[in-house]
Amino acid sequence: MTASVFEPWNDPEAKPLIHFQNVTKRYGEFTAIDNLTIDIYEREFYALLGPSGCGKTTLMRMLAGFETPTEGKIFLAGQDIAPVPPNKRAVNMMFQSYALFPHLSIWENIAFGLKREKMPKHDISDRVDEMLRLTRLEKFARRKPHQISGGQRQRVALARSLAKHPKLLLLDEPLGALDKKLRQDTQFELMDIQEKTGTTFVIVTHDQEEAMTVASRVAVMDHGKIIQVASPDRIYESPNSVYVADFIGDVNLIEGTAKPNGNEAYAMSWHEGHEPLTVKSPNAFSDGQKCHLAIRPEKVAISAEKPADADNAVQGRILDIAYLGNISTYHVELPTGAVIKAQTANTRRIARRAYTWEDTVWLSWTATAGVLLAD
Amino acid sequence: MNRMSWFNAVSLTLGFAFLYIPMVILVIFSFNESKLVTVWAGFSTKWYGELMQNEAFLNAAWVTIKVAVFSSTMATVLGTIAAYVLVRGGRFMGRTLFSGMIYAPLVMPEVITGLSLLLLFIGIGLDRGVFTIVLAHTTFSMCYVSVVVSSRLVTFDRSLEEAALDLGCSPAEAFRLVTLPIIAPAVISGWLLAFTLSLDDLVIASFTSGPSATTLPIKIFSAVRLGVSPEINALSTIMISIVTVGVITASLVTKHQVARQKREEQAAERA
Repeated sequence: MTASVFEPWNDPEAKPLIHFQNVTKRYGEFTAIDNLTIDIYEREFYALLGPSGCGKTTLMRMLAGFETPTEGKIFLAGQDIAPVPPNKRAVNMMFQSYALFPHLSIWENIAFGLKREKMPKHDISDRVDEMLRLTRLEKFARRKPHQISGGQRQRVALARSLAKHPKLLLLDEPLGALDKKLRQDTQFELMDIQEKTGTTFVIVTHDQEEAMTVASRVAVMDHGKIIQVASPDRIYESPNSVYVADFIGDVNLIEGTAKPNGNEAYAMSWHEGHEPLTVKSPNAFSDGQKCHLAIRPEKVAISAEKPADADNAVQGRILDIAYLGNISTYHVELPTGAVIKAQTANTRRIARRAYTWEDTVWLSWTATAGVLLAD
Repeated sequence: MNRMSWFNAVSLTLGFAFLYIPMVILVIFSFNESKLVTVWAGFSTKWYGELMQNEAFLNAAWVTIKVAVFSSTMATVLGTIAAYVLVRGGRFMGRTLFSGMIYAPLVMPEVITGLSLLLLFIGIGLDRGVFTIVLAHTTFSMCYVSVVVSSRLVTFDRSLEEAALDLGCSPAEAFRLVTLPIIAPAVISGWLLAFTLSLDDLVIASFTSGPSATTLPIKIFSAVRLGVSPEINALSTIMISIVTVGVITASLVTKHQVARQKREEQAAERA
């Protein structure tokens, strides 16, 4: 059996559902979106991730029709949607505040969009019941929004925006108002519903864990530009810039200069008097070019003795230990003053921990553990 | 509960005495047997009976109510539209000027408003009567409505309207189906405010009324110039009780609604 991988972005034949063509949005002097071109494919779960003010919400509001691009074009299924008002677009949005109509019952909230379509009464009732089942809200149909809990409200908002069979569903920080435990459960529920309905989802979030969990592709944004678009694992393992490496998860950045050393291999000198680091990198660097080695804490091993066969090993002193239950993060100070974080799983009870504060330890990692990034 | 200090008790008593002694005296003397207002001669309700026979007063009361209903309704429609445009309209040319101009009549001396309306009606040759009073009252009470409604609209979650658009409403439908039902309490209190303003207005009404139409405040005012009669006391007492009943009912209803909403929210969170 061959598992078919869902990667339409790698298929040159695939037609994108949404195509942004050199879109720019300015508010007076301020440029919110800067000459941006992206493709989003059908059935994708596409996450826009970035700090607040990076333009992700503006991008989403342009898709919904609440903002129009200053320059450039947006295509939905091949059609330029700039002149189409929000109420005529096959796009629905789930608002951050949920925006449930307080004067209507849950049932009427979900039916609201269907009634506007002049759907026959009977069909409306069927569709609403279907949505109530999908979001497990059957018991609450007659209640008003203020009579249900936050998590239920979130599901009503989702049901209401999905009821009209949109080609594209936009989710603006959909889980921002929920507490952590509920948020995690809801993430899986969202993925489940997306799979069941086959709708294309675009989610805006500033929570990188959320983006990584739910999305098929993550677009990292900064200052109105897309920095990198890739699947969560590629974003994490092969960031294309220091910004992305730093924004997603925890990372150690070591500055140095590159020296080519064979096929895709480099010797990176990082501090005088220390052996250069051995790094493999598909990104090309010229001799003497400044670069950063980005390496995730969990890919750095910690040991008391110098490991014999490690590609890279440096000695340091434990400055701090952050105990997180399942894992511990060791902050190790190198002789250069730089602090490297190393993470290990706590497979044994804490009383049996091998190292403590002020211990001198060795940190080691393989040549392929990190990525070499340009300045 | 803490006992009130003597200072607070005295302040409270003085304050309420200041507010209510005149009204209490008026109510008491409306039940006076004597024709003389200042001499007590035993309890009687005969002046209420006489009032019901007084055609002039009854006519004036009818005119007043007609004027109040029509003018407050028109003021509510216009004031709500104005508030909506000013809060939602975005930045158009001269917006600050417009919002200033909407509120200006609030501080304008009534005499000036009345006089300018009088000049206008004479200028365009409009015969003064119920219609002109309605127009005049609409003009000045509309800005009160727009103040009340716009303060509600400012706190209105804009994404509710966007959600309505997103779900297929035209902007007009979004207003009718979502915005209006939600701001309805503010619109209703705007209407009530306009209604009471119109009910007790004397100055503007006296400028814009004609021989064919006299409102109750004008009637009372002109009657008092011939001497205060117990009949007027009785009339005033009726007005006071209507207003009191209205205010108490409104506040009880609001209180009840707030309490119910809170209960239901708590129940929802527990569930």
